[in-house]
This record gives sequence, structure tokens and C-alpha cells, in this order.
Amino acid sequence: MHHEEVFTDRNVSEHSAYYYVDIETYPTTGWDKFKQALKRAVRGELFVGLWVVMREMIKFDIHTVQYPKEKLPIGPRYRAVHKLLRLWESGYERCIGCGLCEKICISDCIRMDTRIDENSRKEVTEYSINLGRCIFCGYCAEVCPELAIVHGGRYENGSEQRAHFVIKDDMLTPLDLLKAGEQSEYPGFGAIIPGSDASVKKTPLAY
Amino acid sequence: MDVAFIIETIAKIVVILLIFSALAGLGTYFERKVLAFMQRRLGPMHVGPFGLLQVAADGIKLFTKEDIIPQNVVKPIFKIAPVITAATAFMAAAAIPFWPQFTVMGYTVHPIVADINVGILYVLGVMAIGLYGPLLGGMASANKWSLISAARSAAIFISYEVITGLSLLAPLMMVGSLSLVDINNYQVGGITHWIVWSQPVAFVLFWIAAFAETGRTPFHLVANDHEIIDGFGTEYSGMRWGLFFIGEYANMFFISFVIAIVFLGGFGDGTFAGAFQLILKVAFFFFFFLWTRAAWPDVRPDQLMWLCWKVLMPIAVLNVVVTGIVMMF
Repeated sequence: MHHEEVFTDRNVSEHSAYYYVDIETYPTTGWDKFKQALKRAVRGELFVGLWVVMREMIKFDIHTVQYPKEKLPIGPRYRAVHKLLRLWESGYERCIGCGLCEKICISDCIRMDTRIDENSRKEVTEYSINLGRCIFCGYCAEVCPELAIVHGGRYENGSEQRAHFVIKDDMLTPLDLLKAGEQSEYPGFGAIIPGSDASVKKTPLAY
Repeated sequence: MDVAFIIETIAKIVVILLIFSALAGLGTYFERKVLAFMQRRLGPMHVGPFGLLQVAADGIKLFTKEDIIPQNVVKPIFKIAPVITAATAFMAAAAIPFWPQFTVMGYTVHPIVADINVGILYVLGVMAIGLYGPLLGGMASANKWSLISAARSAAIFISYEVITGLSLLAPLMMVGSLSLVDINNYQVGGITHWIVWSQPVAFVLFWIAAFAETGRTPFHLVANDHEIIDGFGTEYSGMRWGLFFIGEYANMFFISFVIAIVFLGGFGDGTFAGAFQLILKVAFFFFFFLWTRAAWPDVRPDQLMWLCWKVLMPIAVLNVVVTGIVMMF
């Protein structure tokens, strides 16, 4: 059930969705205890419980996400395994080998080697990230002047060897995917999670 | 005693054992599915279509697991306790008529292993012995949770057994026989002749006691996961634990049969429709066991004993007295 909250009124009142639970005082005398037991026995509260679960079974409103088959969307700000992007038009690697990411990396897990190639361009020969050490702080993506290294959405890091994630060829967008237009840009650090407006809820505290 | 009778009896025993062992397995599947649907989940989905083969997977797992006997347990008692639970559950089935008699190729089959004249007494007595499984297993386990569970099962046992006996006394006074076949034939006239209409109080009391007897959720104190881990089953592993499980689920089926036969007309006049109705009634009572597990909280041991001794037992006694007075005039 969607409930529209009035954000200017932050106090708990009869107009808000929150209310104080009415708790009766505990009975002390035997007669009061008897009356309470009788009231609870004949009020049929147990059948309310039975009806609630039966209603849910009939409605069949299943909330399960069958994880390996279907996945929940993750936020654009999520910082998972890195990706190296290519230029859209030429297909060249965006990385210019400036080494800023290697410099800023606070856990010292990025390592790169460069050389000047025959066209006098700086070419990145080696690029590896030790993901066993990486804390996914995102500094490398933030400092990159060419938007070459970004964070991807791949959060499933199970593998037989850590080395499986650190190879440059795995992080670099393959050329066929680039030509198919499937290289996705990183929306940036300030990007809003889809549907985040709907999940904002008023805090029940009065302040 | 001729050979044909012996062969027939052995065949019946084997059939009942096979059917209800399989049903106990399927019962766990339905329990998981029903609980899942009531909690907006899907339940087992991956083994086989709709998770149907989960039962087989669990069976393989239980059979192949290592049978661990912990160091300080009382070994003979620890080993025999699960057998008591499972064996008594199936022994109780001997006097239950599962189906009206039918004729196959000129041979009349009575789907009851032994039509003894004290049927219901035998069923309840043997089911009551089944509680020695948790009691002895819990005491022999050298585990504090198991010991608490054993103490609880003893306390519950003396509480609910009074209700079971007293609540059944009134219908038995009306029928005048302890045989479940006779009780069924007493209600042969159709839905208006069901004992539940003349003995509604006894019906509700026996139903409540059945929950304590099988240890299902409102009275699931013997193995309450959030209080005493798995109670008597904490130290058990593999098929020994599986025997407890099979015993519990077979008990649920058998007590459902007893409720349906004693209070809801059983298989009626013995036609196929009546037999099918019996299956439906049993299915409803089994489903109700699962339903309450999803909906109701557990009570404390002292609350259960309070309920049994101070509320249900006086009502049961009153019911017997009123029934006697009504029958007298």
C-alpha cells in the first residue's frame, strides 16, 4: 500500500500513518485475569491470524527474487569491479597512461606500465588491479581525466583465483560489444538511484 | 490361521509403511510450500519441477550423512530413541481403517491391518508411547537443550493425555464401542449423523490435544528452535534425526485420520465417494497443522499446562457428565 506522506508535518498525530499502540495494564486480581483470558479466548483473534496468512496465500503475491536467474537493479552509484572504457568513435582505449589512478590509489593496488609506441602515442602495456586488496573507494574513477576507468555493476566476485579479475583484457570493453553499442557510460557519483523518490519515507520521530 | 491371511496382513503392512513413509516425505514438501506461500515466498524451486524432487534430495542427504554418536551420550538409549518415535507412529496405524473395504478380483480387502475391538484405545496408547522417543533421546543426549526438551515433553505428555482420553470418552459413550470401524459405522447415515454435531466440545478439545500430541506449532515446545535449538534432536544427525522427522509427520497423518473417522464420519457408507471424502477430510486436517504453524505463536510450557489442566480438563469432564446425563434420559 502506498502512503503519501506530508513532509512538512513531522510530528506523530492522528493524521500520520504512525500511531501509539494502545497497551492495557496487566491484570492483578484473579477475577481480572479470568476476564482477560475469557475475553481473549472468545474474541477470535486466532482466526484473524489464520485469515491473514490464508489471504496472503490466495493473493499469491510472491516477493521472492530468484537470485541467480533474476537480479535486482543496483544503484548507479554502486562501486563494483572496475571497467576500462574505449572511445566511441575510434575504438581506441581511453586510457592515456597518465598514471593518476596508480598514484591516488590508497590501497596501492593499481599497477600500470606504459611505453611510447611507433606513432609517438603513449600506450598502456600493462594494467592490473589487485582486487584482493582494492577497497573499492572509487578514487581511481574520480581522478581519471578521460573517464577511462570506471566502476561497473558486476558484484559477483566468486572465482577460483583472484587473478581472474585483474587482467586488463577482462576489464577493457571488447571491440565487438563497443560496435554493438553496448558499452555503458558511468552515470557519475551524484546519479540518483532509479525509483528513489518512492522509497523515501518520513521518520517517525517527532523533532 | 491360514497362509492367505498372513500373506495379506504382511502385504497390508508393507503397503501402509511405504505409502506413509512417502507421504511423510511429501508432507515436508507441502509444509515448506504452504508456509512459503503464506509468507510470500516460493519455497523449494530448484530440485525438479516446482521443487518436487526436494524430498528425494533430502532423503539422499539424510541417508548418506555420517551417523554421529557424541561422546558422552548414553549410547543404547540414544540409538534406540528415534526408532521408538518412528516405530510407534507406524504401529498406531495398525488399527486405523484407512479406506472402506473393497473387492478386487473376487477377493474382499479390508484396508485395516488389525480390526481389534479396542482400536481407538490401542491407537492412542501406542501414539502415547511415541513420546518416549523425545523423552529418552533428550535425556540420553548429554546436552542441556535436549534435557530441557525431554523435561518439557514429559510435562506436556501428562497434560494433553488427560484431555485426549476425557474428550474421546463422551463420543465413545454414545457409540458404545472402541473399534474405529464401529465408530465409523455409527455415523454411516451421512453428514447429519456425524458425531461432531452431537459432540462439538469433544471435537474441539480432541483437536487441540492433537496439536500437543504431534507437537505442532501452538504447542511446539518440545523442539522450539528459537528457545532450545532443536530440543531432543540437537545431537542427532543423519537418518537417526530423519526417523524423528518421519515419526512426527506420520503421526500428523494418523491423528488426522483419527479425527476424521471419530468426529467427521470417516469413510461414511463405504462407497468410493465416501472414501474420497475421507481423504479430503484428512487433507484438511493436515493442512490445518501447516496453517496454524504459519499463523499462530507458540505458547510457553506453563501456559500449555495451565490450558490443559485448568481450562480444557474441566470442560472435558463437564462434557462427559453432560453427555452421561443426556444419555440417561
